[in-house]
Amino acid sequence: MSDRICKFYEVLVGLEIHIQLATRSKMFTAAPNAFGQPPNSLVDPQVLGLPGVLPVMNKRAVEYSIKVGLALGCQIAPFTKWDRKSYYYPDLPKNYQISQYDLPLCSSGTFDIPDDDGSTKTIRIRRAHLEEDAGKLIHEAPGGHPIDYTIVDLNRAGTPLLEIVTEPDFTTPRQVTTFAQELQKIVQYLGVSEGQMQMGHMRFEPNINLHVTDQTGVVHRTAITEIKNLNSFSVLEKATAYEIQRQLHQWLETGALGQKSTYGWDDAREITVHQRDKEEANDYRYFPDPDLVPVIVDDTWLAELKRQIGELPAARRKRYVESVGLSPVDAATLAADRHTGDLFDQSVAAGAAPKRVATLLLSHGRRLANESGKPLAQLNLKPNRIAELANLIDQNKIAPAEPAGKVLERLLQQDAPAEQIASELGLLQSSDTSAIEAAIEALIAQNPKPLQDYKSGKQAAFGALVGMVMKQAKGLNPKLVQERLKQKLG
Amino acid sequence: MPDPRISLEQVRHVAKLARLELTDDQIRKFTPQLESILQYVAKIAEVDVTGVEPMAHALPIHNVFREDIPGPSLPLDEVLKNAPETDGPFFKVPKVIGADEDSAR
Repeated sequence: MSDRICKFYEVLVGLEIHIQLATRSKMFTAAPNAFGQPPNSLVDPQVLGLPGVLPVMNKRAVEYSIKVGLALGCQIAPFTKWDRKSYYYPDLPKNYQISQYDLPLCSSGTFDIPDDDGSTKTIRIRRAHLEEDAGKLIHEAPGGHPIDYTIVDLNRAGTPLLEIVTEPDFTTPRQVTTFAQELQKIVQYLGVSEGQMQMGHMRFEPNINLHVTDQTGVVHRTAITEIKNLNSFSVLEKATAYEIQRQLHQWLETGALGQKSTYGWDDAREITVHQRDKEEANDYRYFPDPDLVPVIVDDTWLAELKRQIGELPAARRKRYVESVGLSPVDAATLAADRHTGDLFDQSVAAGAAPKRVATLLLSHGRRLANESGKPLAQLNLKPNRIAELANLIDQNKIAPAEPAGKVLERLLQQDAPAEQIASELGLLQSSDTSAIEAAIEALIAQNPKPLQDYKSGKQAAFGALVGMVMKQAKGLNPKLVQERLKQKLG
Repeated sequence: MPDPRISLEQVRHVAKLARLELTDDQIRKFTPQLESILQYVAKIAEVDVTGVEPMAHALPIHNVFREDIPGPSLPLDEVLKNAPETDGPFFKVPKVIGADEDSAR
């Protein structure tokens, strides 16, 4: 019978994230970086670690990493270098991985995520460093047949991998998933990774331990366990939640704090499974790679990368709500991906009212995107044409509902002034007062009956009169017709 | 000055990390040899490096980059040429034990 009672416990979760960068070539060699290619078809002498090969840094991979670092509020190291992490494993032909040990490219960041109670939770980023990925070990034959050996595909070996390590600031599994999802949005927004979970572009490894306070006030700290290679948001959340409970119950039932170790997730049984106790860090015998020279990031380079990043989603959402006056929902929709936000900003910059442009894009634009199965920003709509259409609506030259939608639809195929298209489609409303006057005069002359009805007090006849004017002379601005008619009859 | 003496245990450990199978006789033979190498190298510790920045590279150059342009891959028969064993387009290796799919990243 257990005499241990948990008065309360604190959850400490940190997250390690590996992100595959979407460069075209590998990290230290020109072999292509691609997904879904035939086994061992993206391999050159450098990937094989053949004698005499030398690594050369991929500039874009360094820039992508700095961009992610900046987005996570990190300090970017003005001076950084490469280290060899030595270990023998069949997915690593060189027998060492080029990584960054004591001088990571990015460090000391903070990133805010929304918490479930509506408050903001700040997660500290310890570091983000660049390294090369290993190849893939396969334990069953293609088609799923069991084999009593392991086969190796080196297509992934040597591709650029960004490792991000947070401080143990998460206190709930939900926060961990929220952070992971926000990070996915950021890497996609920056265009540095496709961030497709099912393709393994992002892999998560939560490290978890508890501070359990017992009935006498003594704090028991469970050993940190790491769950390896989780690549879906739901599994990340489930595995974290499970491991918290496993550690708590292990302590409650046996009093054991456990050993620092690595766990895996068994998806079928939905439990974490012990894999191995951790090797000491110094077993990797890190030392500076003599084949690679250091990287110096100066202010000019950093400023250029900041310029390329532009405005991040969170800042853009904030600006759309606070300065442009959009609703939070509309702001979030427009700022969700970079290209839609850019299209909105450029249309407004072309000289149209922001709210009108937002409405156009979120109503007709979104409908057209759904119909064509393409993202809004890929519909090939030109910002200046969107602005023209928005202005036509604001000038009462076209009705905002169906007619404006038709013009936008035509703009997908034809790049011509919106007014010209509206005119070709017969959708322009005339605001020509003399034409309206003439139409009203003609109406009065031809239809004395509804006019008398209206004058004798039948307000309902007014709508009929407007309809008659509109019918007689198509394309008149209904608002102006109403105004003029009222004046005339008044 | 660092102690250049090493134990049999340390040699056994380093051999294991290097995936070398050494007999006890070999360990006893190599330990004094490694010790004398360390003794020789330890001489460098006599240099006073107070106020000297650690050096990351012997050459005073930095930022040697390659543009991100894909180059050719080797044909498959070249890729697998030095492999002791293959299975179709794959390298074949002894079964890697454990559920962990990839190496310790």
